[in-house]
Amino acid sequence: MDKILEILKNIRPEVDFSASSDFIADGLLDSFDMVTLVSDLDAAFNISIDGMDIIPKYFTNIGSIRQLLVKNGAIL
Amino acid sequence: MNLKFNNKRITGILTVLPARVMKFEDNMANYNFSESKSLKLKQVMGYDRHRMFGEHVTTSDVGVFGLEYLFNQGLLDKNSVDALLLLTQSPDYFMPATSNVIQGRLDMKHDMICMDINQGCAAFEVGLITAFSLLEQENINKVVLLNADLLSKKVSKHDRNSFPLIGDAASVTIIEKDPAESVIYANIKMDGTRHDALMIPAGGFREPASPKTAELQDDNGNLRSRENLAMKGDAVFNFVQTEVPPMIEDLLTFSGIDKEAVDYYMFHQPNKFMLQKLADKLGIPHHKMPNNIVENFGNASGVTVPTAITFNIGDKLTGNSYYFCLAGFGVGLTWSSIVIEMKNLDFCRMIEY
Repeated sequence: MDKILEILKNIRPEVDFSASSDFIADGLLDSFDMVTLVSDLDAAFNISIDGMDIIPKYFTNIGSIRQLLVKNGAIL
Repeated sequence: MNLKFNNKRITGILTVLPARVMKFEDNMANYNFSESKSLKLKQVMGYDRHRMFGEHVTTSDVGVFGLEYLFNQGLLDKNSVDALLLLTQSPDYFMPATSNVIQGRLDMKHDMICMDINQGCAAFEVGLITAFSLLEQENINKVVLLNADLLSKKVSKHDRNSFPLIGDAASVTIIEKDPAESVIYANIKMDGTRHDALMIPAGGFREPASPKTAELQDDNGNLRSRENLAMKGDAVFNFVQTEVPPMIEDLLTFSGIDKEAVDYYMFHQPNKFMLQKLADKLGIPHHKMPNNIVENFGNASGVTVPTAITFNIGDKLTGNSYYFCLAGFGVGLTWSSIVIEMKNLDFCRMIEY
């Protein structure tokens, strides 16, 4: 399974993220989930995501989360 | 704005903490969220224990307790105090000022200034800046800065945004003229257009308390009334991440002190996650920016910085010298920072009420 998807599933096991193209608009991630996700992504990719990047546009789908990771120095 | 103060020093810090401890888990059932989600949040944000004064304890009770302790221990001469500054958002009354009440209860001299200032998260820095300014006067030689917030009474137990992090506490800081040559650098900014990011909407003159304002309302699963503290978590987080790093860089440039030469960055502590992100952004090692106050005591607004100092290095500060960068940010919105050397304090400790 994709590493990002695996982390998302760990945060919200009851949600099928692969069926959504906009996690925020579909109500799958709230602000606390975003903080938890950032914490888990930091640990998984050994980076520290810039606090100014913790905004909804980087959490709408797997693609935007990948973009966030690359922007913050992750090697995918 | 950048500010500079010559020949002033902090000579003592006392933190007064409630003896009553509450665990995060004690209140988890009140939140309208799954247990697993709450526990994950506890881990990321660093929530664990927080302390709250009893229901009938007020700011003047705690202030009198702290000052009487210092008088009785011989650490502060009552008649030497020329100004009593109280920074609080939880006054005893609308009027008179609670600092006057404290002065009266302690039978302090009349030839002094008592002043209440309504500030929260940056109240330690605003209080210090005010104290330094008062000390410019020839007849003011010693200022007592009392920071106190007992806001737990104003936070809904059903608000997972705010209740897990809230704490009560007070601190007494003594500021005097420094006989040695010394310079303190400060920076302060305010933006009242964002005053609704952190506020208690009802209970003042704009929206008086009524049965209607006491009703609990649902805000994305968090239940609170208009008489409770309301925090726009996202807006506050973005404000801190956007405004605080450039303020610190600007202050360090203004002071001419290298980032590495600062021994401790004692910042206001809303939660562990926010502090870690600030440290990473500023390139500051985490051990230089302690983030253990929320998990041990809760966020008591302007008292988190003096608590961080007394809790983490209180025993060292009575016999050593360190450079500090202090920073507070939040309600107002207000953000402020200070670079100061503290050395050989007369006292730097914590007591329980």
